[in-house]
Amino acid sequence: MAKHANPDADILDEVQEPVNEQVKGRSLWADARDRFFKNKAAVVGLIVLFFVTAFAIFGGLISQYEPQTVDFSLMGAMAVNGSPSIETGHYFGVDFEGRDLYARVVQGTRVSLMVGVVGALVAVVVGTLYGAIAGYLGGKTDDVMMRLVDVLMSIPFMFVLILMLVIFGQSIFMLFLGIGLIAWLDMSRIARGQTLSIKNKEFVEAAIATGVRPLTIILRHIVPNLLGIVIVYATLLVPQMIIFESFISYLGLGVQEPSTSLGALIRQGTQQMNNGTLWMLAYPLFFFLITLFAFFFVGDGLRDALDPKDR
Amino acid sequence: MYVYIIRRLAVAIPTILILVAISFALMYSAPGGPFNSERPLPAQVMANIEAKYGLDRPVIVQMADYVWGVVTRFDFGPSFQYTDRTVNDVIAQGFPVTLTYGAWSALAAVVVGVSLGIAAALRHNSVLDYFAVGVTIGAQALPNFVMAPILVLIFTLWLGWLPGGGWYGGDWEYVVMPVIALSTSYMASIARITRSSMLEVMNSNFIRTARAKGLPMHRVVMRHAIKPTLLPVISYMGPAFVGMITGSVVIDIAFSTGGIGQFFVNSAFNRDYSVIMGITVLVGMLTITFNLLVDILYAWLDPKIRY
Repeated sequence: MAKHANPDADILDEVQEPVNEQVKGRSLWADARDRFFKNKAAVVGLIVLFFVTAFAIFGGLISQYEPQTVDFSLMGAMAVNGSPSIETGHYFGVDFEGRDLYARVVQGTRVSLMVGVVGALVAVVVGTLYGAIAGYLGGKTDDVMMRLVDVLMSIPFMFVLILMLVIFGQSIFMLFLGIGLIAWLDMSRIARGQTLSIKNKEFVEAAIATGVRPLTIILRHIVPNLLGIVIVYATLLVPQMIIFESFISYLGLGVQEPSTSLGALIRQGTQQMNNGTLWMLAYPLFFFLITLFAFFFVGDGLRDALDPKDR
Repeated sequence: MYVYIIRRLAVAIPTILILVAISFALMYSAPGGPFNSERPLPAQVMANIEAKYGLDRPVIVQMADYVWGVVTRFDFGPSFQYTDRTVNDVIAQGFPVTLTYGAWSALAAVVVGVSLGIAAALRHNSVLDYFAVGVTIGAQALPNFVMAPILVLIFTLWLGWLPGGGWYGGDWEYVVMPVIALSTSYMASIARITRSSMLEVMNSNFIRTARAKGLPMHRVVMRHAIKPTLLPVISYMGPAFVGMITGSVVIDIAFSTGGIGQFFVNSAFNRDYSVIMGITVLVGMLTITFNLLVDILYAWLDPKIRY
């Protein structure tokens, strides 16, 4: 670009940059992909995430023990005989009951990832549709729908969820239900905001003019255009869901034995902290932290790449 | 302004009622009554107990009575597990503790978070800025139930500086770790919000004008920049409050501080429905009230919002 004598040249540059990008005739997704892969932290996060997922899915193959089997050969002396070692086959040591910690961390990572992804998925589907409908219809409907979201958001849901878990019994299904119930609220606000800026574009007008039904417009024309921002916040929702599940499991109200999750393992590790068996805390905590960091970095990278607002 | 406050109140009060209704409906739909046990009680005894707690009346009457009790007398009813105490006793015992470390945490989060955010924004792209950004990203992945064991590990088991739990009337050494564990992630969020908001404000025209007329930097910041910078922070206070009061449950468990969180979880294990519900309703009322105050404060501070 030619040098300007104008002191506002910088601002002009900023304004014109996106225009130039479009002129090159590349798709917006290709642009986004390039921006994403230029972000080192995000790429590292993606690689870590790949390994964590592989660990959760295939880690059980190299385990020498079942996650539920108590190793009686340790004679109950977990602190002495149960420490991490390759020879005994307990790569991460054993937990306080003598079960192989490696197998349990694999299982816990799998459960935590699953809760995170399923929770985020539920939130994305419900939240996007709700927000898109509210935003598209506008007027009174929008008012009522978003006011309901406001009302629900101001309730401390963790307490209600624990009340539900106590009353209906603790199960993975209740956990999913509870997490799904809460997580869609933020999503619906984001989707609505984005819908408001899309719905007055020409292509929506054209669709209305050709007599497309509102629901079809929302599904065919609005939702695909929300995808970028939805993907970003879905990626950032997953770690939140993992934290959420771990929070409840840490209190002992979440995933129940014999199944486990990273939160439950951290809880057990914490309880044994005084006994000199720190590996029981360290391994689950390590996997918990790298998973969260990876998701945050990937989410941030995606936001820089896809969110038009934050650039 | 007054119209706005009244309109917000008109939303807040039904919200509280909805919360009570949801909690009550959940409790009522629980399989088995609160006094069902492995060995069934004789019918006569059961009838007496139900009459004592008013469980033999129609649901609507029970609910109306509960709401009436909460609203007029601030009475959350008796505990279903312990005949010698009421839900109010539990709250009176636990709430001051929660309030003490909660208030300190909120203060620490706001003061440190805002200072860090402003400093980072003023020294944009400096070492300090990178440090602040690094800390905020790190703290994001350290929720309070991870912070708590790590703090105990370092300060109690390795260094032996601080006691690993307990309360003892709130001596400072028993308060430090709960406050750090509870406030860190909110501190980070506040720092992040302040930083990005400050960066935006410092690039705006009125700041350029203030700089152009020759004001020294500190006056520009204190007189012009700080108020618009803090607006997003204030609107974040609502969610932060919910997060902190939820987090206090973990703090109570991790440090055995004896706040309401501890009673809450114990009651969850004991199936003491009335205590769980009482605490849920109390926390809900606090949250809604706090949100109301935040909204009013925001509307009062932000000249762009006029109702």
